[in-house]
Amino acid sequence: MVTLNHYLLVSGLLFSIGLVGVVVRRNILTIYMCLEMMLSAANLTLVAFSRFRLVEGLPDYNAQALVFFTITVAAAEVAVGLAIIVALFRARQSVDITAVEKLKG
Amino acid sequence: MPAVLFYLFSALTLVFGLMVVVLRNPVASALSLVMSFAGLAALFISLDAYFIGIIQILVYAGAVMVLFLFIIMLLDIKAEALKKVNAFSVVGGALLAIVFIVQLGMILGGLEAGKKTVADVPIHFEAAAETQKLPTIKDDLAKKSLPDTKLVGMALFHRYPFQIQLMGALLLVGTIGVVILSKREVN
Repeated sequence: MVTLNHYLLVSGLLFSIGLVGVVVRRNILTIYMCLEMMLSAANLTLVAFSRFRLVEGLPDYNAQALVFFTITVAAAEVAVGLAIIVALFRARQSVDITAVEKLKG
Repeated sequence: MPAVLFYLFSALTLVFGLMVVVLRNPVASALSLVMSFAGLAALFISLDAYFIGIIQILVYAGAVMVLFLFIIMLLDIKAEALKKVNAFSVVGGALLAIVFIVQLGMILGGLEAGKKTVADVPIHFEAAAETQKLPTIKDDLAKKSLPDTKLVGMALFHRYPFQIQLMGALLLVGTIGVVILSKREVN
């Protein structure tokens, strides 16, 4: 028996794996991948709630429209973010976040 | 969807998601993320969200991850040398995750609506066919097939036309930003 709680728990676990990755890893590319993972986990929550909340006998498509917008924003964010990483690599010759410490107090 | 498939695909998603964090080679991380997204797309499809599932494969596993692999190739990044991991950040990250999961478990334990299965909330094709106005959607619903893509399109273009145009502007701004950021300065 797969309930709504199962989906929400998988989503929460995926989100926390991504969170650990963002905090622990120092390779800026891996951090970006973990961010994508967290966004996808949030999408799973939205789609699960959309299926379990029927509107006029159909899944709630407002939630799926929001997922569509999230995916669009994530794609734009990745494109800009990777361009910033390339610019950073040109300046520092490294993708390690410890190489970027100019703002450190 | 049978329960065994749900457990298979969620295990796929979580195990490969964990490998993204654990593996040191960025290429291996990126390929693990592709597998993780494929499992997630299967979960979307199990929730009758066919359009979102396909978009997940096309946009995330296809376009976004190819962009990642392309940048890894372009920058020629080698696997990280095995240096001592920062114990403070590992403990902090694990603590954050554990607190989050415990809190989520406590909320889910008390959530009455969360004990429903997909079979408990079946799609009412007859009732939906009567309320829908568009003939193509009506016909599909009368045939007891869910016109998922048409319904997502209805939601996007009927209810959120302004937001769709905003997304177009966002993608345009993103494209221009990428071009300006990657341009070499000419001295």
